Amino acid sequence: MSWFVRKEKGINTPTEMKREAPDGLWYQCPNCKKIMHTREHKLNAYTCAHCNYHDKVGSEAYFELLFDHNEFIELDPELRSGDPLRFIDTKPYPDRIRSTMLKTGLKDAVRAAHGKMNDLDIVVACMDFNFIGGSMGSVVGEKIARAIDHSLAHRQPFLMISRSGGARMMEAGLSLMQMAKTSAKLALLSEAKVPYISLLTDPTTGGVTASYAMLGDFNISEPQALIGFAGPRVIRETIGKDLPKGFQSAEFVLEHGFLDFIVDRKELKDKLTSLLTMLR
Amino acid sequence: MRTYLDFEKPIAELESKLAEMKRLAEDNKVDVSAATSSLESSIERLRKEIFENLTRWQRVQLSRHPDRPYTLDYIQLMCDEFIELHGDRQVRDDPAMIGGFARIGDQSMMIIGQQKGRNTKQRQHRNFGMPNPEGYRKALRLMKIAEKFNKPIVTLIDTPGAFPGLEAEERGQGEAIARNLKEMFMLKVPVICIVIGEGASGGALGIAIGDRVLMLENTWYSVISPESCSSILWRSWDYKEEAAEALKLTATDMKENRLVDGIIPEPLGGAHLDHEAMSIIIKRVITETLRDLSTLSPEQRIDQRIEKFCAMGVVIE
Ligand SMILES: [Zn+2]
Repeated sequence: MSWFVRKEKGINTPTEMKREAPDGLWYQCPNCKKIMHTREHKLNAYTCAHCNYHDKVGSEAYFELLFDHNEFIELDPELRSGDPLRFIDTKPYPDRIRSTMLKTGLKDAVRAAHGKMNDLDIVVACMDFNFIGGSMGSVVGEKIARAIDHSLAHRQPFLMISRSGGARMMEAGLSLMQMAKTSAKLALLSEAKVPYISLLTDPTTGGVTASYAMLGDFNISEPQALIGFAGPRVIRETIGKDLPKGFQSAEFVLEHGFLDFIVDRKELKDKLTSLLTMLR
Repeated sequence: MRTYLDFEKPIAELESKLAEMKRLAEDNKVDVSAATSSLESSIERLRKEIFENLTRWQRVQLSRHPDRPYTLDYIQLMCDEFIELHGDRQVRDDPAMIGGFARIGDQSMMIIGQQKGRNTKQRQHRNFGMPNPEGYRKALRLMKIAEKFNKPIVTLIDTPGAFPGLEAEERGQGEAIARNLKEMFMLKVPVICIVIGEGASGGALGIAIGDRVLMLENTWYSVISPESCSSILWRSWDYKEEAAEALKLTATDMKENRLVDGIIPEPLGGAHLDHEAMSIIIKRVITETLRDLSTLSPEQRIDQRIEKFCAMGVVIE
């Protein structure tokens, strides 16, 4: 029994999610290919009712899932990327940023906000994978740093939801140093004994794993999430053979001792609440 | 036998000409000193010209020069005494990361660094300077020992990256590096970090949080190697020169972008030409930097260390 809440009548895991009338849109699970109503999928915290596949959702979904009545105050929403290195690969970096902004409606690969979660104050920073692979550049580092500052100043627990391919190459050295910056802030948060929970979601790799994602007082993950430092392709090329089944899955990482627990997204809010309440 | 890089070929030609001239002169007992000294000065001129106009990719090549001094070479040349310390106390001793107590004059300190191998056998033993998690954990253990006995820490960075292997993942490569970053910010003793060769990504940063982060003139430090960057962004291995340019990964670039604190000049032609001269320069820099840092209290050093790294990055408000 990994988690339970003892209520008046026996033991319940708080997973009730009402199934409501469909609104006519369909969602096909990329894992089991089965169909469900979009509305049902959403009410199921974007997990598949058939196979429990956790869809790769972003900040909007997590904020709605975690903050009471979806009420929160976003921190530094206007922060945007510069182009200090005038980086050009197959196209100039500012063009890439602009087109990604248009496509996603986001300013960069992380959003941060504070609000109430089951009446507890909490600061949440959540990465958006569809913004250049959730890559970590100056904006990601700075927004996380400022979110931690907010946590520190108000002594509110910090939740980091990671979903990232790692560093943003177009910011080269500047990107690398965001690992240092966020770790410095987390060191201060730790000294102040303000709780830090790191939720690693599918996928979390590279410099993100090698900095803030692995520095939680509690490192937790969602089922089946890919978690690693090096990506599977790089490892395969290095060792020259196929990787064992389940390698770098959340379950594998838990088994090797680097996660505290794996949580079903439908239970995330209540389980986080339980944990943080015990720390009070 | 010296190794010449492709752009050093004109120098190689003149140097072999010079050697030939000297040999002939000796065999035939004739004085060619005028001719040789003129050739020698041509070589110096040529070398100066080439080295004043190095491209970023050429610096990367120099940083990987097979004759370049590695961590243990510097330790041997700089220190009056060194006691190597092994192991992370959990899994094994990682030969790709070495460390120990060293004495320079009357100053003792902890020196830690990635270690590459000189020949095929050594290279394999040192895993090409790519540490496993136990390497980073050993480094942290040694840093904590240094802190306990109030001794400064010097790290020498030279790695093509943290090892991307099966066991490395099982033993938490990401966690090991992350922990080092966090812990190094809180070290009460002075920390000097010097990139002596390759500074690749998290594998380099894992021992590179310091009060002073310095780069030798012909080194690189970035989030990814030019080759890997080329393969990801250009989807081909052929754009490494372009990638090196785009990444702005040289000491000058990194200093300009305020991502490192300073550049340590190398002897003309690169550190590989004169290990001893390079060691004397580094030794002097370490001694002087430690003197500067010792005027600050531990709290001041920690505050400044944190502030410095937190100021890195460029955003538009
Ligand atoms: Zn499914």
